[in-house]
Order: sequence, then structure tokens, then C-alpha cells
Amino acid sequence: MAIEAEEVQQIAHLARIRIDEEAVSGYARDLNGILEFVEQMGSVDTDGVEPMAHPWDAVQRLRPDEVTEPNRRDHYQSGAPAVEAGLYLVPRVVE
Amino acid sequence: MHQKTVAEVSAALHAGEISSRELTDALLHRIEQFDPGLNSLITVTAEQARAAADAADARLRSGEAGPLTGVPLIHKDIFCTDGVATTCGSRMLESFQAPYDATVVRRLADAGAVMLGKANMDEFAMGSSNETSYFGPVRNPWDLDAVPGGSSGGSAAAVAARLAPAATGTDTGGSIRQPAALSGICGLKPTYGRVSRYGMVAFASSLDQAGPFARTAEDLALLLGGMAGLDERDSTSVDHVVPDYSESLNRSIKGLRIGVPREFFGEGLDADVRSRVEGALQVLEGEGAELVEVQLPNMELALPAYYVIAPAEASSNLARYDGVRFGHRCAQPQDLEDLYKRSRAEGFGDEVQRRILVGTYALSAGYYDAYYRKAQQVRRLVSEDFRQALEQVDVLAGPTSPTPAFGLGERADDPVQMYLSDIYTLGVNLAGLPGLSVPAGFSRGRPVGLQLIGGYFDEARLLNVGHKYQQVTDWHKQVPEGFE
Amino acid sequence: MKWETVIGLEIHAQLATRTKIFSGAPTAYGAEPNTQACPVDLGMPGVLPVLNREVVRMAIKFGLAVGARIAPRSVFARKNYFYPDLPKGYQISQYDLPIVEGGHLDIELEDGASKRIGITRAHLEEDAGKSLHEDFHGMTGVDLNRAGTPLMEIVSEPDLRSPAEAAAYMKKLHALVRYLEICDGNMQEGSFRCDANVSVRPTGQEAFGTRAELKNLNSFRFVERALEYEVERQIDLLESGGEVVQETRLYDVDQGVTRSMRTKEEANDYRYFPEPDLLPVEVDTALVEEVRETLPELPDEKRRRFEQEDGLPAYDAGVLTATREMADYFEHAVSESGGFAKRTANLLMSELLAYLNKDGLEIGASPVTPEMLGTLVVRVEDETLSSRGAKDVFEAMWAGEGGPDEIIEKKGLKQVTDTSAIEALVDEAIANNPKQLEQYRAGKEKLFGFFVGQVMKASGGKANPQQVNELLKQKLDGS
Repeated sequence: MAIEAEEVQQIAHLARIRIDEEAVSGYARDLNGILEFVEQMGSVDTDGVEPMAHPWDAVQRLRPDEVTEPNRRDHYQSGAPAVEAGLYLVPRVVE
Repeated sequence: MHQKTVAEVSAALHAGEISSRELTDALLHRIEQFDPGLNSLITVTAEQARAAADAADARLRSGEAGPLTGVPLIHKDIFCTDGVATTCGSRMLESFQAPYDATVVRRLADAGAVMLGKANMDEFAMGSSNETSYFGPVRNPWDLDAVPGGSSGGSAAAVAARLAPAATGTDTGGSIRQPAALSGICGLKPTYGRVSRYGMVAFASSLDQAGPFARTAEDLALLLGGMAGLDERDSTSVDHVVPDYSESLNRSIKGLRIGVPREFFGEGLDADVRSRVEGALQVLEGEGAELVEVQLPNMELALPAYYVIAPAEASSNLARYDGVRFGHRCAQPQDLEDLYKRSRAEGFGDEVQRRILVGTYALSAGYYDAYYRKAQQVRRLVSEDFRQALEQVDVLAGPTSPTPAFGLGERADDPVQMYLSDIYTLGVNLAGLPGLSVPAGFSRGRPVGLQLIGGYFDEARLLNVGHKYQQVTDWHKQVPEGFE
Repeated sequence: MKWETVIGLEIHAQLATRTKIFSGAPTAYGAEPNTQACPVDLGMPGVLPVLNREVVRMAIKFGLAVGARIAPRSVFARKNYFYPDLPKGYQISQYDLPIVEGGHLDIELEDGASKRIGITRAHLEEDAGKSLHEDFHGMTGVDLNRAGTPLMEIVSEPDLRSPAEAAAYMKKLHALVRYLEICDGNMQEGSFRCDANVSVRPTGQEAFGTRAELKNLNSFRFVERALEYEVERQIDLLESGGEVVQETRLYDVDQGVTRSMRTKEEANDYRYFPEPDLLPVEVDTALVEEVRETLPELPDEKRRRFEQEDGLPAYDAGVLTATREMADYFEHAVSESGGFAKRTANLLMSELLAYLNKDGLEIGASPVTPEMLGTLVVRVEDETLSSRGAKDVFEAMWAGEGGPDEIIEKKGLKQVTDTSAIEALVDEAIANNPKQLEQYRAGKEKLFGFFVGQVMKASGGKANPQQVNELLKQKLDGS
């Protein structure tokens, strides 16, 4: 299933990455190259094989419901690109 | 002084023959002298290093020192360091300072290790040559026209060039073992969950694992002891006893069963690499080990499965870089979409963007089953192969990488060619097993690595085999010309 | 054509934990912006989620209360999308394997019948932050204090057949989560939020119509109004030959209409996949049993008990168990009264609810405490007060004039039960009204009430009415 230029832009939109029109064909070529060798997976029958999400079957540990994080807003915001009155600023969000 | 291994440095510090401060100053001087030609470091933390060295010397004098107290090392710039830049090799994080330390950084600092600086790396650990770094490629000390491997290329090159006796790295598909092999040093990727991932910038969460670089397996044992263990901040870190890895180094390997996977010696393996690795296997046989041919029938599918799973997880892990709370933000965004799209296009390099796109595609509606789910199923098959092989033998052995270091720029234009560099390493990450690379000779002046793979939590055995091998070989004692 | 309404509700209940679902930052409402957002909540590089034990226990508690299956193994997944209030670019939620599946809740319909509403699932997830649209030089401000607050999303089956049923279900669920003490239910603060899927179909047709999703129906009143509007809109549309579009709509409180949330956004593609930073959550029988021990008496059980053991009418039992606060108040007052449930219920329903309603107060804010109400009941039962007197005392207590005994004393409301004193008043009334006595004895029995009134008036309302009746009867009929 070859990826067309238009689809590259759709994927890039989902991933929120701007791709210039002149770069699209290069990306399409790269993605198709990667998908082509990825499709080698089709050569093996995996019917009934349980997908493996983690290296082994361990179980989630649970944390006690205790406050361990004090307010360190100034420290956390010291490298933020745009902050005012303790808020992170972004271009106006239209609801 | 800079030729000393971690064990030798530690002994000299404890004997009072040298001080950590003297050693730190000497290595900082060496970094100043040699790193401009290598580009192995992104940040040098001279001031903090001297302060830490002085504190370590005080600890040594008071008799409260451990084996790593006063030992200088370099952290891969993927580990967050409170108050020191953590760039992850990316323009996105060029001016990012984490407000916390990674657990690995914290533990080694608590043990008294002295951070000299932070190592260059492929951007967000995506690469096998260290050429994707925003801060420029790293050169291989053995051949300045060759790559040191990646993604932990800076760490490997720095240790090979004797800028530090040890460094940390991370390994998602081979990013410790492959650069260790290409740079002629030792590198260990521990069992998934052995070392905490907290504060380590995530690439592919179910594959990422931190580990040490040094010149000997003996050193790796000391370093792993300082890094490993349960961390309550990482749900995937494992509560499994941390043994004294140094204790078992000298155990005899007589009768040890070493599995040699046929699939590791197939098409694509460089002839020199093959002969060096076969030579290494004979050395181990000479030490009493028994070589057994084994099979990993689904091995060739590890690469495609990896190149679905890793980009998929990465596409999600890297969504947080949106120009809002930290990191690069484009100038004068027109609207929210523009803020996201331009900040990310400007902040991420080509390879990172490529992988985000591949991962986004693999997870998107209609393709999930064909790619992501299929890859997770293949992952189980690959993992089963390892399990079955390791039922027959104690460890597996083969080449770390199919070729020695390649030239700078040689593979930069073809992503798939580049990916092949990790063909023998990434299956180990899919399965979550530990893997070790030790120097096993040279091909036309470029180092070759032997890879040893063990069962879950069997790092002690890998280090034992590696150490015994290094007792009877001297590849690790070779010094790259110009770095004596 | 006749139409049938089909509604399913998705309710988000914030769980009342001290800390976030995946971090140790506090969850208190109303803090200064971003002072309760730690690196995990901010989605900073390298940080990792660790699951809060209490969140799991609360989900189990809920599952048990609605008779659901508690999944022995549930899995978290990432839901990927970009939005400024979603710091990581994904929400950690549950997708394929939620922690609670297949329960039910019984609601009471207006005709008194009961209807069982299926609960498809309840899953755990993290809340997002908030965007503040006040003007920051044309920018939006983002506060991530709420990011990472634990949420339980409770999804009903499309079993609701009218806006009234939907409101009844929502109220019942609201009461339940508060009984269970897993959610404070504060709708103004967004602790309990509701979305609805609504469609209509011709009566008798099996296939569902195209549905619209209504967002943010955050009060019981709005839910019913918004649904009524939407149902009417869809029927009008279909009857005039149009089609319902599957879309998300927002209820406009001021205009009383629902509006399409048209965005240029393409259909969402959330790219769900298992969250690799968290492992599967296993809940064993021991944990389920441990949580079962902590379950309080549930509202339906309580209602049955009030009806069967205390002999309350079904309606009263329903009102008294509608919220945990109401039930707690009632039971506290009954216990203060020494067990006079029926009279306590009467006073509560007739007096307290009327006053609360008049002043627009919640029961927690009542100036009349359960202790005061209980004592008032005792004073009626021991005949210190007449029921008329009880009303007066209640009014004074509401006005803050003190407790029942204090007010009875101060106002001299103590009932006269001394027979000789009452007898004297009766004699006086008869003697003063000879004409009426004559007419009464001539058969105009209605005048009995007149004499009662005269006696009560003379006693200043304090004579025991029963005794007055008896004595009057004796004297008027006897001599």
C-alpha cells in the first residue's frame, strides 16, 4: 500500500508537523521504503499469537494516595516559552 | 592517569595515590584538548565536576566511600540533570534544563561518581551513527572519518578516546552495544526493567533501557551495581535483587554452553567481522566453553517489527514537544495549529520527523492491525525464539553489528541501509533480554564487537563471560592512535 | 408518526482522591494556576506515571455497587490528540479492557415503577487541564492543575427512553457515587459531568436512528432541557424530510438550544495503543473482598429498610434516600429522637424540606441540626408540644432562636395537659355561649368545632387538643 503525497500531508497533520510541499515527495519515498521492508512481517502467520506489549508479564505496582509533590511552579516554568500570571500562553483557542 | 580503568581508578583513589580532583582536572584538560576534534560532548560541566570531585575526596578521606566514589564519568545527554542542559541531541531541547535528575544520574551521584559532562547522541536516540544530532556528528577515535555508531555515539567515543573511564548510554535497538562495538569498548544493555527509566527522555518506552560503557567487563560490573534496582517512579522497573556483579566475574566458564545462532552469520555479515567473531568464539572454547549451534527462526522479522513498534511509541512519546511548556517554540505563531506544526518542524530533525510519521501512520485507523498489532505479534514470536534457544544454552554469542564502523555520510541518505546496522541487536530489545558487547579485534583498523546475550537478569553471567574473555585477550587494551 | 427516544449517558466522575491518578500532586480545587502540576502532570521529558492505589479501590467499589464484573486484568491505553490542555499529547485512558464491565442501576419512574438501566462499562482515565480564554494579549492561558485528576467514565447502555429517565438516571448515579464517597459530586466545580448520545426512531423500529452527542450537560436541569430540545429538533428534522447528522452538539444554556460544534478538524483518529509506561492492573479476589467490606449501605437497600422496618411510605423513603446527606441527616435525627422514625420523617418532609426549598439551601447548610429536629420529635411524642406548637418551634429554630427546649421555655409553648385546667376552660366556653350550646344540642353537631376553637383560643393554643376533644364531648353530650 503505497503512500501518496496527499496521504503524507494527512499523516503530517495528525502528527502536527509542517511539511513543505517540495519535501513531500521525499518523505513519501522514504515512508514507502520503510513500509516496504516492514511488510516482510506479512511472511509469517501470526494467527492466534497474543500481541506482546511488554517484555514480560509483570503487574502494575500501586502507589499510596499521598501527596509527595510540593508546589514548585516557578522552577517548572523557568524554561517555559510564554508564561503569564502562572499560566502557559498559547495562541487563542477558538471553542 | 587517563588510561586507567574504573577499577584501577577506584583502587588508586582508595589507596590515596591520586585524588578525584586531580583526576577530574586532568580529564577536563584532556576534554578541552581532544573533544573539539571528536565532538563527543554537548555540555562540559567543569565547575560542578570539580565541586563533586572535592566532595568525593572528602568522602574518601572519611572512609565512607564506595567503589564509584570519585570516579569521573559522562552521561548521555538523554538523562535529565537538574540545573544542567538536557538536549537529547535536538534543537527542540537546545535550551531545556530539566527541573529534576534522572534516577540513573541521582544514583550514580549518590554513589559519589563525578559527572564531567553530557555526551552527544543521535537526536532523541534515533540513529545508528550519531549523525542525526543537532549538535553535529561525532567522530570515531579509531578513524576520524568514520562514525562511532549510535545512538550513544558520544558516550562510546569519549570512553574510547580516554576522555573518561566510563559513560552511560541507552539502548532501544542496539544504541549501547553497536557504538561500543564500533568504538572498540564494552557496553552493556541490561534486562528491560533492571535500570530505572525515570528522567531518561523516552524514545520507545517498551524497549528503552539504560546501561553503562567502559573499557572492561569488570568496570561494567561496578557501574551496573550503581545504576540497577527498583525505582518507585518507574512502573516498569523490576523489584529483583541486585547481586554483586563483581563477585562472579572470575568464575570459570568451563562447561558453559554458548549458543551460536545460525541467523547471526548469514547474508550481510562482513567477512572480517565474521572471522573476528569466530576467532573470539574459539577463544571462549579454549577457556572450556562449549559451542552449540542454535536457531532463531524469526530473527529476520525483528527488524521490521522493531521499525513499527519503536516509531509508533516514539510518535506518541514525542507529542509532548509542542512549544507550550518547554522546548522550542516557533516565532510568532499565527494560531494553535501553526504553533504546533512549525515548532515541531523546526525543532525536530529529518530522521525524527520520519519516524514520527511512520509511527503515526502505523497507529492510525485502518492500519493498526496490519502494522502495530502485527508487529506486537511478531515480537512475541521473536521473544519465544530467544526463550527456546536459551533453554538449550547459557548464553548466546555472535557479532554485535554486521560491519565495522562505516564512513561519515556513507549511509545518511538511505534510512533502511542505516537500520540494518542494528540487525543483530534489536531482537534483544524486543525480547527485553540483556546484551553485552566486548571488543573482539579489528578490521582495517576499525574495531569489531562480540555480542553476548543472556537470559532475563543474567547480567552477572554475561559480565563473567566477558571478563574471562578479556583476561586472555588484549583488544580492549589497544588505544586509538593519537589518544595515548 | 410516533417516535421513540433513545438516550445513553456518559458520565465523568472525578474520583475523590488526595492525589492525581499518576502522580503525587494534590487534587484540591481552586488552587492558583499550575501550583498543583508536577512534572508528571506537565508531561515533562522522561517522567513516568505510577498508578494511585486509591483510584483502583474506588473503581472496584463502584463496580460492586452496580453489580458489575471487576476485571481481573485491565489495561491502560493512550488516546493521542493535540490540545493545549493535554500536556503529553495523549490521554492515558482505558480502551479494550476497562476495569468495570456490565453493571446496572435501577431508577424510579414517575408512575412509581422501577426500571433497570444497563451500565456498559466504567473505565479509569486522567482529566485534562483547563484553557482560560480571558484575554492575555489575544492569547489563551493554560492551567494544568486539573491535568491528571482521576476520572471514572461511566457509560450507560442506550436504555433511557426519555429526557426524564435520563435525568433520573443521572441523579441516581450522582447519589450513588456520593454514598460511596468516591466523588464529591460537585457539579459547579466539574466533579460530575455528563455527555449524552441521543437519537430517535419510529416507534416499533428496532434499528437505532442516527445519534447526536450532546456535550457538557452539567446540571440536572440542563440535562432534561437540552435533551428535550434535541429530541424535538431531531423529530422536526425527520418529519420535514431531513436527516440527523452524526455530530457533537453543545447546549446553549442562555438560548435553550443545542448547537453543532463545527470545527475544521477532520474526524478524530486517536491512534489508541496500550500504554507502555504502565503494566496491566491485576485485581485479585482478596482485594475485591477487602473493598466489599468498606461498602456502605446502598441507597436502594436503605430505602427498603426505611419502608419495611420503619414503616415509611414508599414516597417518603425515596425522598429520604435521594442523597447521602439527606439519609444521614434523617438517621441522625431518628437516633436523637430515640427511634421515632415516622414522626421524624413527617417533620423533616413537611417542615425542613419546605424551609430548605424556600431559602434555596442544601441540607448541609440547614440551621436546624439533626439533634434539634430529634429533640423536637421527642417533645411532640412526650406531649410537651402539640403538632401546631411543633410548627412554631421549628419556625423559631430556623430563625436561629435556639434549640427546641429553649424556645418552648422562652415562648411558653408548653402544652397544657392538666385535666382540671382544661376542664375549667371547657366549662367556661360552654357557659359563655349558651346560644350555640342550644343549637348544638338541637342537632347542629358542626358547632363542636366552634367549642374546640373557643377552648384552644382561651388556652393560647397550648391545651392538648385530644384532651379538649374528650372533655368537650363529655360535657356537651353528657349533661
